[in-house]
Amino acid sequence: MTPEEFKKIGETHQKKREAFKYNINVCTAAACVSLQSEKVKDELASQVKEQGKKESCRISGTGCLGLCASGPLVTINNGQALYGGVKPGDAADIVKSIDKKPVKRLEIPADMPFFARQTKIALEHCGNTDPEVLGDYLALEGYEALYNCLTTMQPVEVIDTMVKSGLRGRGGGGYPVGLKWSTVHKAVGTKKFVICNADEGDPGAFMDRSMLESDPHSIVEGMAIAGYAVGATHGYVYIRGEYPLAIKRLKAAIKQAERQGFLGKNICGTPFSFDVEIRLGAGAFVCGEETALIASIEGKRGTPRPRPPYPAQYGLWGFPTLINNVETFANISPIVRKGADYYASIGTERSKGTKVFALAGSINNTGLIEVPMGITLREIVFEIGGGIIGGKKFKAVQTGGPSGGCIPDEYLDMKVDYESLAQVGSIMGSGGMIVMDETSCMVDVAKYFMDFCRSESCGKCAPCRVGTAQMYNLLNLISEGKATMHDMELLEELCDVVRNTSLCGLGQTAANPVLSTIRFFRDEYLAHIKDKKCPAGVCVIEHKEEAVL
Amino acid sequence: MSSSVKIKTLTIDERQVGAREDQTILDVARENGIKIPTLCSLKGLSAYGGCRMCIVEIAGTPKLLPSCMTTVEEGMVVTTNSDRIKKYRRSLLELYFSERNHVCSVCATNGYCELQSMAQEVEMTHVHFPYMYPQLDIDATHERFILDHNRCISCTRCVRVCDEIEGAHTLDIKDRGIDIRVITDLDHPWGESETCTQCGKCVHVCPTGALIERGKSVGEMSKRKQLLPYLTKMREAHE
Amino acid sequence: MNEAASKDKRRKLVDATMRRYGHSQYALIETLHSVQEVYGFLDDENLKYVSDALRVPLSKIYGVATFYHFFTLKPQGDHTAVLCTGTACYIKGVPAILSAIRNNFSVEAGETREDGKLSLLTARCIGSCGLSPAIVLDGEIAGQITPEIVVDRIGRMIQNDA
Repeated sequence: MTPEEFKKIGETHQKKREAFKYNINVCTAAACVSLQSEKVKDELASQVKEQGKKESCRISGTGCLGLCASGPLVTINNGQALYGGVKPGDAADIVKSIDKKPVKRLEIPADMPFFARQTKIALEHCGNTDPEVLGDYLALEGYEALYNCLTTMQPVEVIDTMVKSGLRGRGGGGYPVGLKWSTVHKAVGTKKFVICNADEGDPGAFMDRSMLESDPHSIVEGMAIAGYAVGATHGYVYIRGEYPLAIKRLKAAIKQAERQGFLGKNICGTPFSFDVEIRLGAGAFVCGEETALIASIEGKRGTPRPRPPYPAQYGLWGFPTLINNVETFANISPIVRKGADYYASIGTERSKGTKVFALAGSINNTGLIEVPMGITLREIVFEIGGGIIGGKKFKAVQTGGPSGGCIPDEYLDMKVDYESLAQVGSIMGSGGMIVMDETSCMVDVAKYFMDFCRSESCGKCAPCRVGTAQMYNLLNLISEGKATMHDMELLEELCDVVRNTSLCGLGQTAANPVLSTIRFFRDEYLAHIKDKKCPAGVCVIEHKEEAVL
Repeated sequence: MSSSVKIKTLTIDERQVGAREDQTILDVARENGIKIPTLCSLKGLSAYGGCRMCIVEIAGTPKLLPSCMTTVEEGMVVTTNSDRIKKYRRSLLELYFSERNHVCSVCATNGYCELQSMAQEVEMTHVHFPYMYPQLDIDATHERFILDHNRCISCTRCVRVCDEIEGAHTLDIKDRGIDIRVITDLDHPWGESETCTQCGKCVHVCPTGALIERGKSVGEMSKRKQLLPYLTKMREAHE
Repeated sequence: MNEAASKDKRRKLVDATMRRYGHSQYALIETLHSVQEVYGFLDDENLKYVSDALRVPLSKIYGVATFYHFFTLKPQGDHTAVLCTGTACYIKGVPAILSAIRNNFSVEAGETREDGKLSLLTARCIGSCGLSPAIVLDGEIAGQITPEIVVDRIGRMIQNDA
């Protein structure tokens, strides 16, 4: 297809859309769907019919609007009115008032900080396109970046753009994307692969899911551009089997892209060929680790192997392989379209651009946000997030999931980027942010994460296999008020051994939640051990009378 | 050896050594008489990288790397025996002993056990992590061999020898984390296995008393250490 | 449809999956997904069938099937409840919800009730953190749950059959 042709498809779609005075969009990403947004959509459609407004109103499903806490969400003309908590019974009123004043009881101010403070790049299409319609994507310059790369840029120029943009891997490690691409590009191999890691495993992170549900074509396009840049002809998306809606939409997007020639042989009439296949994950956190993920795609137990060699040299079936995660790929086409300089102008010195965060826990505005790097935690939690539920006292924000740490209030004014998070013993991770209030016990939180690591450890290397089990047992003793200070010493020693001797990232970072809670909330540990008390009142401590002998 | 293989020079424990570019640090160290402790590694089987005993320090790399799977590089400076590494090896070994039930005095391989001799080698005097003492099964259904999960350190030598040398792949690992166990076929009793060739290689590569011959009592089960090197050598000669 | 015919039909679906990947050993996990989808769980008979068709050793298949928590080797109950135990859900009261389900329906996490009516599973994170705590009841996500709501909904879910 020529650019004129696909622009035309886009324009036709745009015109079709503009022919309606009112475009009513209903969020059909997983969170809203679970709150019956499909029914809301159906009811809106039948109300439009009933009230004779078929000429002026068009109902579509769109991707995630972000504010999951207030779902199901409905927007009219992309923000002219925004409604939250919509029930099927509200459809009549929404349609009735479409050309009048908005329905007061459902209205969410579209200029609230949650929306106004965001900078959307990776999420640029989320909430304003129908993820199941290719034309919608084309109407918003979809696949133009791919076309331009293929027709006007050499692979090294594409890589150069990534280097200049300063984009770093959004899956957790923060490895520079340009450098990774360049390594795979230079690697010698008769075949090369591109893998999209969509095995979103951090409990508390749901951005990959949301992006795949809301804008699957942007991931496909990003992968194809990467394939061109590194010289790969085949791509895999390794996606969690637990995400049925995301799988369905991604499958549909791949089919559509194949049909229109954005995937397959001789893409857009150029010599470049690239296809994308889906591989289902099956519930193993460790498969987020590159070498374990590769083992899993090869149909094996998802156990990691020591690196080096890195997958960039020796990856899938021994061939050079590029692995990036969903959010990274979502950033590729915007960077090509808007330019590396634009992207690099956002963010901090060493962490460029924006980052998507999943806000959850004891926070009013739970949902998905995209903000410039360098924003402070306080802005995220108290302005965008709307503060703590029920006006309770903030205690900590957990970032980076089971590999991350808990950050206390004294660091609320810290700028969020890779380096500063590492400095306080946490990590960026994939961008989960779980806010905890005074009713959370930090020993209990550490125990929760160790339980997670213990059950997600693959068991291959002894320090992770035995060490996480030992640490869990010790944390359990502490939480039950049965531990001594000696146990605390053992726990800290184990943290050191497991961190330094484990085979892969899972074990090497498993101690982080313990270390960071010991660092910032040592008094809570001591209260459990010495006073046999849980200050937050979470842990159940049985008080037995001392036996008198 | 083809002449295209490059030779690299590196330093191991302050000694300059030469190596082929495809060699691992462990191989080169052994060739030069430098001893690095190992549990899962066994000459003749593929490398596994799981036991972590062979970790070494490489100058300029913050992480400790397994010498069995790290190939040499020009100018590499390797330390195999610093106090830091020695301490970690001791802790690792203590974790092994705490994981299941390694009671040497009642074990058939007492005196021949690699875990036991490793404890002496790394100067482990006691286990200061709590013993977990799981109650694990003993599979004594096979007419010639016994599999005692209580003594298993999950090194997977048996799994690899069964797959790579015997070609039966009767053995594998099930579950994950602390729950991993060696299994036969679909986790059915060993005695009922339709794929086991009864060759006994697994028993002789097992470093501990997890796999033993039936009828051996305490201290009687020595392992035929030369079996695997012999087999690999003879096979190479055939090729 | 008699039992043999229905079994045959289900086999065909599994065969189709294996064929799609050219009976490659690499397709093991996709094939297991397919078996679980059509049979509900992975039984010995099917594992043996897949082993033979893909030429993957039995013990290796068993190792893979037990490594991934998405796979189950036991038949599931008529209804399933998958409670999310992700961080956001956990700090918002999953322990209390879990014990409410256990006490009211006498079923343990990871198990199926004796009468086969209900399986209670836990998931590490279902990605619905914005709606925590969340549970998946017969495939439908329910968010912002409390012990009372869950007990009521599961109760109705089980009763609907009667």
